[in-house]
Amino acid sequence: MMQRNELVVGHKTLKDITEDIVRPVENFPSKGWLGLFLSAKSLFLFYIITIAIVVGTGIGLLGVNHPVGWGTMIVTFVFWIGIGHAGTLISAILFLFRQKWRTSVARTAEAMTVFAVMTAGLFPLLHTGRPWFDYWLFPYPNQRGPLWVNFRSPLLWDVFAVSTYATVSMVFWYVGMVPDFATIRDRAKNRIRQLLYGALSLGWRGTARNWSHYEIVYMILAGLSAPLVLSVHTIVSFDFAVSNLPGWHTTIFPPYFVAGAIFSGFGMVVTLMTLVRIGFPQFKDYITIDHMEVMNKIIMMTGMMVGYAYASEFFIAWYSGNPYERYAFINRALGPYAWSYWTMISCNVLIPQLFWVKAIRRSIPIMFIVSIFVNIGMWFERFVITVTSLHRDFLPANWGLYAWSYYDAAILAGSFGMFLTLFLLYLRLFPAISIAEIKPVMNVGKGGGHHG
Amino acid sequence: MASAYSKGVAAIFLTEEQILLAARKTREMGFKKFESISPYPIHGMEEACGIKRSWIPYVTFVAGLSGLSFALWFTWWTSAVNWPLNIGGKPFFSLPAFIPIMFELTVLFAALSSVGTLFYVCGIPKINPPIIDPDLTCHKFAIFIPTNDVGYDEKKVMDMFKALGASDIKKAEF
Repeated sequence: MMQRNELVVGHKTLKDITEDIVRPVENFPSKGWLGLFLSAKSLFLFYIITIAIVVGTGIGLLGVNHPVGWGTMIVTFVFWIGIGHAGTLISAILFLFRQKWRTSVARTAEAMTVFAVMTAGLFPLLHTGRPWFDYWLFPYPNQRGPLWVNFRSPLLWDVFAVSTYATVSMVFWYVGMVPDFATIRDRAKNRIRQLLYGALSLGWRGTARNWSHYEIVYMILAGLSAPLVLSVHTIVSFDFAVSNLPGWHTTIFPPYFVAGAIFSGFGMVVTLMTLVRIGFPQFKDYITIDHMEVMNKIIMMTGMMVGYAYASEFFIAWYSGNPYERYAFINRALGPYAWSYWTMISCNVLIPQLFWVKAIRRSIPIMFIVSIFVNIGMWFERFVITVTSLHRDFLPANWGLYAWSYYDAAILAGSFGMFLTLFLLYLRLFPAISIAEIKPVMNVGKGGGHHG
Repeated sequence: MASAYSKGVAAIFLTEEQILLAARKTREMGFKKFESISPYPIHGMEEACGIKRSWIPYVTFVAGLSGLSFALWFTWWTSAVNWPLNIGGKPFFSLPAFIPIMFELTVLFAALSSVGTLFYVCGIPKINPPIIDPDLTCHKFAIFIPTNDVGYDEKKVMDMFKALGASDIKKAEF
């Protein structure tokens, strides 16, 4: 039988685990954290100012125009939504498959989901150009008839998918944290912390009856989140696939988008986890090199899945015999945006192949660099899909280029400011590893021995 | 507020094995209203305490079904009854196009109702409930027997806890 590696290394007692995990919450922040936080926060402020200017002046400040009517905001929306998917995959799908290693990364991956969805959710709202009318996206009784929303439109499906996803992910994340908030409350020496975490813990006391219901609900939420996460990126891909545009109108989009989302999300999880391990060295005993290796394997596998999808798209374009479809793909690889296409191929298909080598899969600096390339590559994938398909369609009258402006760059960069600000605050305010979930798996791989 | 909680005797244990044994023993002694408190869910605790499987999944099922039916009814009513609009010549009642909405509302209703029910059955949120020992959410375990439990006798309870190797026995409110 295969010997499992230890999930938690070092000989930890229950008390050690609690202390290791709550240390960032209870102690004064380190200089490194402060430095990162101040930079992220400045970028976030810059983002808020950029958005204010774009909303105040108009969406025309971005490069969107005829024929490329969907630009940075939609590209970046799909990018961030995709990032979120790995978090749900780790917290829900791997939970249902009883993958015990997911325990130590689930909380942070799910925080990443919540923040990525928050970051993503702003873009379609802003891209409407008149965000003060965004409530029109929801069906509500109004004085215009009532005039209802068009339920046949994929864009409306997206409103429902993304808002349901955001709600359920937040609830799942919060329910998971309730017992840990109770732990922090009971350890609190100062009154404010006790009140704050007392309120967040909802008065949780961990009786056997409560745990019994709690575990069932946790499993139900995992069970509901698993198809939900698949539906979200499927519906995001419908935004494109339901149109008639060559390059968008393909049936491979739903699985291709979901695989890409998981790929990009794991890229971001590895980026963040390598940093978390540097920032909070005590977490190295919980997020071990074995955890990182498993995630790198998933990156390599999903990278090949998207590679297969890229190839399949080309094959189908040729096999369809449709000249517009064929042209769209030849233009993608050789046209004015060929550079973005080949950036995408190199980052998503070629670079992750490095992970065939075990030493590379287990090297923190190399996996960090590879994960950055994956993030870049997956942003370009959405850029390729959105912009190259739009910029030349059936009629040469509809040919043009995307007029990328400084505002596009500012919006893209700024969104990282928002995400990182939220993520850094999370690392300090919430227990970054599930205390109540890690304790039952602390003896996995310890050869049957136990210690208290 | 204090009346919402009951007085009784609590015993603190230091290991998982002890608490499992203690819970089993307490149940075998005929106590019904006792609570076993632990920092994390313990495998086998439900059997030891005689706790039945949670009924929340039924709520999830019914809520999911309500979400599904509501979405079906609502998309039909708005698109085909209340203000039918011809959009691209598609049928007013375009069932396949409504399936994503039906799916999302099924999940939303099911998830929120399950969590709402969890809060209800666990009696949370509770404001500042009494806790027996702050370490019970960290590394200690406890059994609490309220004075109004069947066949409660303080001396008997204390003796039983002592025999089970409790590290601390005290009168408490929970």
